[in-house]
Amino acid sequence: MSDKDQNPTAGGMSRRAMLAGSAALTAALFTPKGLKAADFPTAEVNTTGLAVTDTTVTCGILHSITGTMAISETGSVQAEKLAIKQINEQGGILGRQIEFIQEDGASDWPTFAEKARKLLVNDKVASVMGCWTSASRKAVLPVFEQHNGFLYYPTFYEGHEESPNEIYTGQEATQQIIAGLDWVNQTKGAKTFYLLGSDYIWPRTSNKIARKHIENFMDGCKVVGEEYYPLGHTQFNSVINKIRLRKPDVIYAIVVGGSNVAFYKQLIAAGIDPAAEKPIVLTISVTEDEIRGIGGENIAGSYACMKYFQSLENENNLGFVEAFKEMWGDDIVVGDVTQAAYLGPWLWKAAVEKAGSFDIDKVREASPGIELNTAPEGYVKVHENHHLWSKTRVGKAQVDGQYEVVFETADLVEPDPFPEGYQ
Amino acid sequence: MFADYSWPELGAIFAMQGFAGLILFSVFVLMALGLAIIFGQMGVINMAHGEFMILGAYVTYLVSNLFADYMPALFGGYFFLAMALAFLASGALGLLVEWGLIRHLYKRPLDTLLATWGLSLILQQIYRSVFGAREVGVSIPDWMMGSLPITDLIEVPINGIFVMTLAVSISLSVYILMFKSTWGRQVRAINNNRVMADAVGINTAWTDRLTFGIGCGVAGVAGSAFTMIGSTGPTAGQLYIVDTFLVVVFGGAASLLGTIASAFSISQAQSIMEFFLSGSMAKVLTLLVVVGILMIRPQGLFALKLRK
Repeated sequence: MSDKDQNPTAGGMSRRAMLAGSAALTAALFTPKGLKAADFPTAEVNTTGLAVTDTTVTCGILHSITGTMAISETGSVQAEKLAIKQINEQGGILGRQIEFIQEDGASDWPTFAEKARKLLVNDKVASVMGCWTSASRKAVLPVFEQHNGFLYYPTFYEGHEESPNEIYTGQEATQQIIAGLDWVNQTKGAKTFYLLGSDYIWPRTSNKIARKHIENFMDGCKVVGEEYYPLGHTQFNSVINKIRLRKPDVIYAIVVGGSNVAFYKQLIAAGIDPAAEKPIVLTISVTEDEIRGIGGENIAGSYACMKYFQSLENENNLGFVEAFKEMWGDDIVVGDVTQAAYLGPWLWKAAVEKAGSFDIDKVREASPGIELNTAPEGYVKVHENHHLWSKTRVGKAQVDGQYEVVFETADLVEPDPFPEGYQ
Repeated sequence: MFADYSWPELGAIFAMQGFAGLILFSVFVLMALGLAIIFGQMGVINMAHGEFMILGAYVTYLVSNLFADYMPALFGGYFFLAMALAFLASGALGLLVEWGLIRHLYKRPLDTLLATWGLSLILQQIYRSVFGAREVGVSIPDWMMGSLPITDLIEVPINGIFVMTLAVSISLSVYILMFKSTWGRQVRAINNNRVMADAVGINTAWTDRLTFGIGCGVAGVAGSAFTMIGSTGPTAGQLYIVDTFLVVVFGGAASLLGTIASAFSISQAQSIMEFFLSGSMAKVLTLLVVVGILMIRPQGLFALKLRK
């Protein structure tokens, strides 16, 4: 990243300068602009009867915009619409403008499956950007496999899955967890860990991986407590008392949703200020989105471990955040999952253009090895196992609700959805 | 399970857990009082109770923003104004709902259940459209955060003390209203014998409306207080509704004293079990015990003695 790229007014109105500041810049450099639909006859690029015409291609967006998950999934929908808009401005995919059909999963897993079937069977969409919770993903997966659809799934999740009909644009658990634990051990000298989580599959599996790593791969470290509370739990005084007695070096918190707000407010009310780092609070479940509900002053000083923070200072990200705010309003924040959702349409475009076809089987074949230099998180690459190689970062929460990046892995972390030694 | 801890630690555990239990008790009382008034005195199952609470929380959010923007000097005291406004807002909505919906359904309790459930969905969507789907952060004045250290191990959260004080004062106010005021006398009269109360000149329609309004207003105050300890979002009310019904039904629907006793026993049991078992297990055991007791004593802990 050279200095002159960051100053769009310098050097007259070259094509580069005009585009600088929007995420379109690097994307435009990445794929040849303006592929013509005429060069790719519909009969050739679509042999399986998908919703592809001479000028358009239809994809599906399947998230909850009502119900309890709407809080989290709204950001993903916004990111996907932004990516689609930007791709269309650059000429679309194989010269075809992307149209989308949006369905509402309504935070209800059977509804997700039903809407997925509708998108695949009735609308014949060429791909679907969607789902957020593991439960909704598990509900739609059989539908995608039965009707040979293609899903781009944005959330960091527990792993133990690898479907031919899905690309996982978020991190699987080992990618997210291990680097953070090693970091807190090496730079902060932390030895004892208290694992805490909401009571369902993702926190439990993640804590299992964390425990295995702490006990088997980190010298002299141990877990001094592990605790789960039902989703939506709002009273954490008991566990805070336990933490005070056990005196761990690190509280490893995977609390989800509204419970987060209660947890951090009560933690600070009980005199455990994350900023004092006694103990250190390390989480993998709080993005910038959640901080808006928690309040920056209640969580400042905690550390989060994930692959993306809004504050990343690379050119891709500056353009992405600016474009996102321009489309959805200035006071909006961008979290890890929102960024991962943004990658979905771009990865799909890259795979289709590599395959020269919208056919699901050819897109699937073309997907591994796809590289994206334009990702706001930096460079990512699709692995054979349909997950992304990505860097893992640790951010420190600030009072203004943003994270300051304090650590980033030197290399991309390989996705390992079925980790040996962690089962 | 005790072997891991030394004696002073055990003492501290019980002190702190007892206090955590008291906070939980206050939370339960605040949640349940409004419902106990409505459900106990009127027999209306108000499934939208949580949404009335969240209305109070959103009012608090608005007031806090107002103070932060225009009167930063007075920010420390905004909470009291917010609670009063929360009472008025939720109460006014309650009056409106009673007038528009509930009064047509008094003789059909199952239909009120469905109607108020529908109302809760409508309110949730309204909150979502007005305030956005994401949770909002309510800034709490500094003096209400933090804790008072009593010994090395024992610390008492200030917002816990605040919630306890609030629970006690609201319980007392409701008690005084119910047993010393004209309105309370009328409510009890209607509760005992509606036809007779009507015949002696009590305006039962207005009393019902006022009762519903006061119940909803108390819910609003509870919601306002809960911005200190919980989340404020369109669906956050759902987090409280199960516990609320549990407390009211276990205590005996018609008895305010029962509500308080039941809140006390459930909260203490849960908080002590939470310490020695996992959080989820404590919840399971609490529910099991409550179900067991209700099987033996379906009318709840305290039942009103009535000549049937």
